[in-house]
Amino acid sequence: MSALLELVDVDTFYGEIHILQKVSLEVGPGELVCLLGGNASGKSTTLKTCLGIVRPAEGRVVFDGEDVTHAPTSHRIARGMAIVPENRRVFAPMTVLENLELGAYLRDGDLTEDFERVFDLFPRLYERRDQLAGTLSGGEQQMLAMGRALMSRPRMLLMDEPSMGLAPVLVEQSFQIISDVHAQGVGILVVEQNANMALQIADRGYVLQTGRIVLSGPASELAEDEDLKRAYLGR
Amino acid sequence: MEFFLQQLVNGLTLGGVYALIALGYSMVYGILKLLNFAHGDVYMVGAFAGYAVLVAFGGPTDPRIPVVVLIFAMFLAGMAASGILGVVIERFAYRPLRNAPRIAPLISAVGVSFFLQNAALLVAGARFRSYGTAKMVDPSTGLQWGPLRISIIRIVVILSAVALMVVLHLLVKRTKLGKAMRATAYDREAAAMMGIDVDRVIVATFLIGSVLAGAAGVMVGLVFSRVFHFMGFIAGLKGFTAAVIGGIGSIPGAMMGGLLIGLAEAFSAGYISSTFQNLIVFGLLIAFLLIRPRGIFGVPEPVKV
Ligand SMILES: Nc1ncnc2c1ncn2[C@@H]1O[C@H](COP(=O)(O)OP(=O)(O)OP(=O)(O)O)[C@@H](O)[C@H]1O
Ligand SMILES: [Mg+2]
Repeated sequence: MSALLELVDVDTFYGEIHILQKVSLEVGPGELVCLLGGNASGKSTTLKTCLGIVRPAEGRVVFDGEDVTHAPTSHRIARGMAIVPENRRVFAPMTVLENLELGAYLRDGDLTEDFERVFDLFPRLYERRDQLAGTLSGGEQQMLAMGRALMSRPRMLLMDEPSMGLAPVLVEQSFQIISDVHAQGVGILVVEQNANMALQIADRGYVLQTGRIVLSGPASELAEDEDLKRAYLGR
Repeated sequence: MEFFLQQLVNGLTLGGVYALIALGYSMVYGILKLLNFAHGDVYMVGAFAGYAVLVAFGGPTDPRIPVVVLIFAMFLAGMAASGILGVVIERFAYRPLRNAPRIAPLISAVGVSFFLQNAALLVAGARFRSYGTAKMVDPSTGLQWGPLRISIIRIVVILSAVALMVVLHLLVKRTKLGKAMRATAYDREAAAMMGIDVDRVIVATFLIGSVLAGAAGVMVGLVFSRVFHFMGFIAGLKGFTAAVIGGIGSIPGAMMGGLLIGLAEAFSAGYISSTFQNLIVFGLLIAFLLIRPRGIFGVPEPVKV
């Protein structure tokens, strides 16, 4: 199986500060991979490197067989990547519908079907479709961020802490939705603080520590890893 | 009453012009958090471009083409010249400083402003130019309502200002570009995450704002007939004032602010004294900065993390 998304020995800097160090990871088509790690370990930076929001100084980003290291973000999105960013980042002064349209920014043509798909998944968003995104509750904003990403019909979804700040029942729900999207054949790379739950639904996982991958493997193995249990799983 | 209505018409004309200038200020600020102090000079260049077309087609007394066509061509030239200039300024004076500390592009803006004023002085000289509108269009034609008379040229100016603002409003609300502009103004990185080419949106913003300023330049030439190298300074400050009063970054705010400044100026000139008009306009600016710095339509800042 050839990878859908692959980072090869990636080094990323913010100015002088070396963040990612020789990070390599891959996500197969339709695979659900979780990226774990403590605060400031470089998880968000990894996702931004995949999408081209930040550019690596060394190493390569390969998407669907194409080296996209130097390609603009728009090209990667047009090829099938999408992101649910950390802290949702919905466009607060715009309506729910407009936010969803922006998710499909690079697509031409009719969006009716996609709106229907998103509204089926999140009926709440349909009720609020003409409301400004800034007036939604935190949970609704998270649904919007998720729906917005799905509007581009991604093959590869990057998710940065989709359950952050949600009430427990909504955390359950968001994991359910990740599983559903995964079941539709979308490749997913999800960053999670909630390592226990992430490992339950993921196929594989990577653990990032101060910019290096220190552990990787099938989710079931990681769930049993003694070091990881002590560090992240709170068991 | 007649006097009041006459001042009202004056105020609306001025207000339309200030609103058009304020829009460029506000849109650029909204997207880059940059006060584009060269914006007034972009407007000045628009006024000169209109003048150049007027002269090229034989001047106001004896134009070689029908007056309607001529005025239309002057608008096109003013808008095109200012639009191109705005894009060039963005490309060479601001984009290289995109990631520099915020003071750097501000200094660059002041530099561009001086450069344009002096370039205009060099090319056109220090003397005032007049479009000589009265020779092109008989000033007595127009609407007559009892004692109130509105010349046809003022009607044209007010209507085109309104038309431009309606077009802008539709563009920003309805089109894909408009949505991309609003998204980028709110959260540039999140906009990039949607696949929006932020650089292109910024160029488009400069282009649109500058085109509106160019139209304003030609309008002022047509109605007030004072075209000179320094005309952008005070007009720019007033456009800026209008943008701040309306709530900088807000498009309806810039329109409202422009109208307010235009009316304030016309009424203070009419009822108090024209020596006080600037005092009152900038007094309004200070009052707003002290009492309601966010302006009428204060734009909420995005929560940055
Ligand atoms: N734009 C930036 N400029 C400079 N430094 C940055 C920038 N973004 C992130 N950093 C730094 O890079 C490091 C890694 O940040 P990153 O956001 O990737 O961590 P993270 O693993 O996602 O953390 P968290 O769990 O808190 O979200 C941190 O030390 C952070 O301060
Ligand atoms: Mg993060």
